[in-house]
Amino acid sequence: MSKRRIVVVGNGMVGHHFVESLVKAGGENAITVLGEEPRPAYDRVHLSDVFAGRAPADLALATRETYRNWDVEASFGDPVVKIERASKRVVTETGRVFEYDKLVLATGSYPFVPPVSGADNERCLTYRTIDDLGEIKAKASGSRVGVVVGGGLLGLECGNALRNLGLETHVVEFAPGLMGVQLDDGGSAMLRRKIEALGVQVHTGKNTKKISAGKVSALQMEFADGSHLDTDMIVFSAGIRPRDNLARDAELAVGERGGIVIDYKCKTTDTDIYAIGECALFGGRIYGLVAPGYRMAEAVAAQLGGKDAQFVGADMSTKLKLLGVDVGSIGDAHGRTEGSMSFVFSDGRQDCYKRIVTSADGKQLLGAVLVGDCDDYDTLLQYHLNDIELPADPQSLIVPHLGDRPLLGVGALPATATICSCHNVTKGDVVSALDAGCCSLGDVKGATSASTGCGGCAAMLKNLVEDELAARGVTVDKSICEHFHYTRQELYHLARIGEIKSFDALLAEHGSGRGCDICKPTIASIMASLWNEHVLDRGIVGLQDTNDAFMANMQKDGTYSVVPRVAGGEITAEKLITLGEVAKKYNLYTKITGGQRVDLFGARLNELPEIWEELVQAGFETGHAYGKALRTVKSCVGSTWCRYGVQDSVSMAIRIENRYKGLRAPHKLKSAVSGCTRECAEAQSKDFGVIATENGWNLYLCGNGGMRPRHADLFATDLDDETLIRYIDRFLMFYIRTADRLQRTSVWMDSLEGGIDYLREVVINDSLGICAELEAQMAHVIGRYECEWRVTLADPEKLKRFRHFVNSDEPDSGVVFVNEREQIRPARAEERLRLVPVDKKAG
Amino acid sequence: MTAVEKHAWEMICQRSDLVDGSGVCALLGNKQVALFYLPGEEPPLYALGNRDPIGKANVLSRGIIGDINGELVVASPLYKQHFSLRTGVCLEQEEVSVEVYDVRLEGDSVLIGRR
Repeated sequence: MSKRRIVVVGNGMVGHHFVESLVKAGGENAITVLGEEPRPAYDRVHLSDVFAGRAPADLALATRETYRNWDVEASFGDPVVKIERASKRVVTETGRVFEYDKLVLATGSYPFVPPVSGADNERCLTYRTIDDLGEIKAKASGSRVGVVVGGGLLGLECGNALRNLGLETHVVEFAPGLMGVQLDDGGSAMLRRKIEALGVQVHTGKNTKKISAGKVSALQMEFADGSHLDTDMIVFSAGIRPRDNLARDAELAVGERGGIVIDYKCKTTDTDIYAIGECALFGGRIYGLVAPGYRMAEAVAAQLGGKDAQFVGADMSTKLKLLGVDVGSIGDAHGRTEGSMSFVFSDGRQDCYKRIVTSADGKQLLGAVLVGDCDDYDTLLQYHLNDIELPADPQSLIVPHLGDRPLLGVGALPATATICSCHNVTKGDVVSALDAGCCSLGDVKGATSASTGCGGCAAMLKNLVEDELAARGVTVDKSICEHFHYTRQELYHLARIGEIKSFDALLAEHGSGRGCDICKPTIASIMASLWNEHVLDRGIVGLQDTNDAFMANMQKDGTYSVVPRVAGGEITAEKLITLGEVAKKYNLYTKITGGQRVDLFGARLNELPEIWEELVQAGFETGHAYGKALRTVKSCVGSTWCRYGVQDSVSMAIRIENRYKGLRAPHKLKSAVSGCTRECAEAQSKDFGVIATENGWNLYLCGNGGMRPRHADLFATDLDDETLIRYIDRFLMFYIRTADRLQRTSVWMDSLEGGIDYLREVVINDSLGICAELEAQMAHVIGRYECEWRVTLADPEKLKRFRHFVNSDEPDSGVVFVNEREQIRPARAEERLRLVPVDKKAG
Repeated sequence: MTAVEKHAWEMICQRSDLVDGSGVCALLGNKQVALFYLPGEEPPLYALGNRDPIGKANVLSRGIIGDINGELVVASPLYKQHFSLRTGVCLEQEEVSVEVYDVRLEGDSVLIGRR
């Protein structure tokens, strides 16, 4: 039997979600995706993040590769222009023809531009796609003032974008208030106040009549009331309209004001054609949020998989941050239900407004508005969605600090309660996942996808999982291994507070057994961060991983690589020659590292001291490439040489590298300093990165390359040298204190409740009152720095292990090299069998 | 030692060649032997073949010593599998094992014999 051909027109968030749902459901389908935009689906909801520094690529929900892996044919940039229902095929702009058995329209919507004379000016733009962002950015670069027409959700998002681009920003709204759909008058007024306090100028009740060339600025807007506004650019974001042309031309039923009419199965008037998302009209309504679109997508995917699934409308409650202001809207926010009662709380000092709307008997929550403080949103939403009976005094839900506030525990929620609305995960789903063997928050996220969308439900999900686990009598075991029933963080504090300086003492006091290859290196690292004694000191040496124990990196054949420190990547000709001579003398394979230094491979254990003797003589220090420690601080040449540099990045990189060299941490640490915003040192991929500005330095934290890349977050701007160093001191020590074993800063940051904002509180505002202590500890560790290799060379006891055999000078016969591209490499197994070994020591 | 296990003991190195709580490697004929010295344990000395059969390199003497459920083990420095110091068996892959040698201290001498 041939596969069923399913063609999806449109590759926005909903179109993509449909394909994903269909692929996950399995089945014999030949799926074709035809997208209009030149790129695969991306996260339109977070579009304005691009102006806050997020790369457009980070918004991607899929890549071409994704579709290839799913065996889905995908085409981008060639929109469908015609549906031929009789022959069941669609035709694209370039004339390509695709036949279908089932057709899914996910064509989305377009921004509504009011019919205003002059709105076709090239400085009038819309805000909907990544390409639009490019346009806005380009026009903004020559502008001083920007206007957004539309004071709804998207308009305010867009206003934020203009503000981030540094424009004097105005929001012009036709209606008397902002976000009229979601907010009542009181909420709307509070929102306006808060937005104006941020410097955005709000003009409501303004009907734009005409846009013409201006005298002061590029454009002038004229309003029906006779007033006008000068601006350099205008972005229209005054609502959306469904893109129903294809359906209209194919004579499918459409609504009076647009939208492809669908039934509860999301079927159009042609039984083989579905419509989902913002192009669809269900029950006379367009659902302009992503979650209902997802529900439609899932319903169609389920039906195509042979299941009976329906779309029955969706809750339009929403919680979001607009220009940094928390806004929440639930159900009947305006109190339009007959006989409903309202309870309003407003706090002028704290700038927050809350309103709840209840049924006439005060027992059901019909709606709510929250502005400035959304802490109660999750609780209120659960009351609303699950018809949970309200407490006798409903106002107690929104009035702060009035004694015993009734808490709606997760335990009180019914199994049908939605926890994660992005992925439609209910409490029941979470409970089933736990029943099926999940035993941590991470497991549950992996199994259900809950809290992997917008993340708004993170706190509730965590509570639910902990609550359920506790109810099952499960205590979550976070022990690092069988010898210590503590986490790394707990062991760190036990050692610090008890001033315990050896593994044996810690084991005797807080552990059992003899230790193992998990707890020993972990504790060695903790001891190093706390007391910074030599890695090969008696009592410590046996704790070290082989790399630390031999202060070199073990390779697959048991030989080591050697990486001397080259701070900031700056090296003299003399030193380069030394590296070359040492490599030649010991016949080492030489490779340049990504961290701007030189790696010398193929050193035998017994050669390490001789090699280092020569390196130390020449002024080199160990590079700690073997340790969970500071590795490199990469730099560009900066203002010293570069035409674009604005600060001396090399000097700063050297200063930072020399300050933190030898600092041991839960995992390796990398850094970089760029001399200007071109970012040639790639600082945003580092654990801590520094980028020069005209006024000082911007500090970025918790980036990562490697397996799971993460861009660093901008932490603080325009810092002077001393403040920069102080913040890095605090940040690093706080990480060392609180991170898990082998947890990179990126993962650590993602696990910090409150994220970067919390970190700012701790590091900048000293909210925990520990900054002095963190700095003192850093000073202690820095003060005890010694080059581990230099000290080792002077101590025969430490050198004892640097020979392959204690009773012979013979080399390890298991180490065999062959030549490749004029250097050595380890022989492969099959080569060893037929090999004449290369004599290792040249000459 | 029982009479059955009689074999010639050979001095392989001095006590001072050993490293407390860790391993060193010695050459026995053409065999590489990893010697682990754990003062405080009974017996305090263990000897295994130095070759890691999984990582295929002569490195076991450079692993970390510890115990897993009471069993003394060395963790391979390459891929971290654990080998019992008593039986040489790999805990993660029981079909894999390394050679075990009898070893003891006599005065300051380390004596070794093949089982």
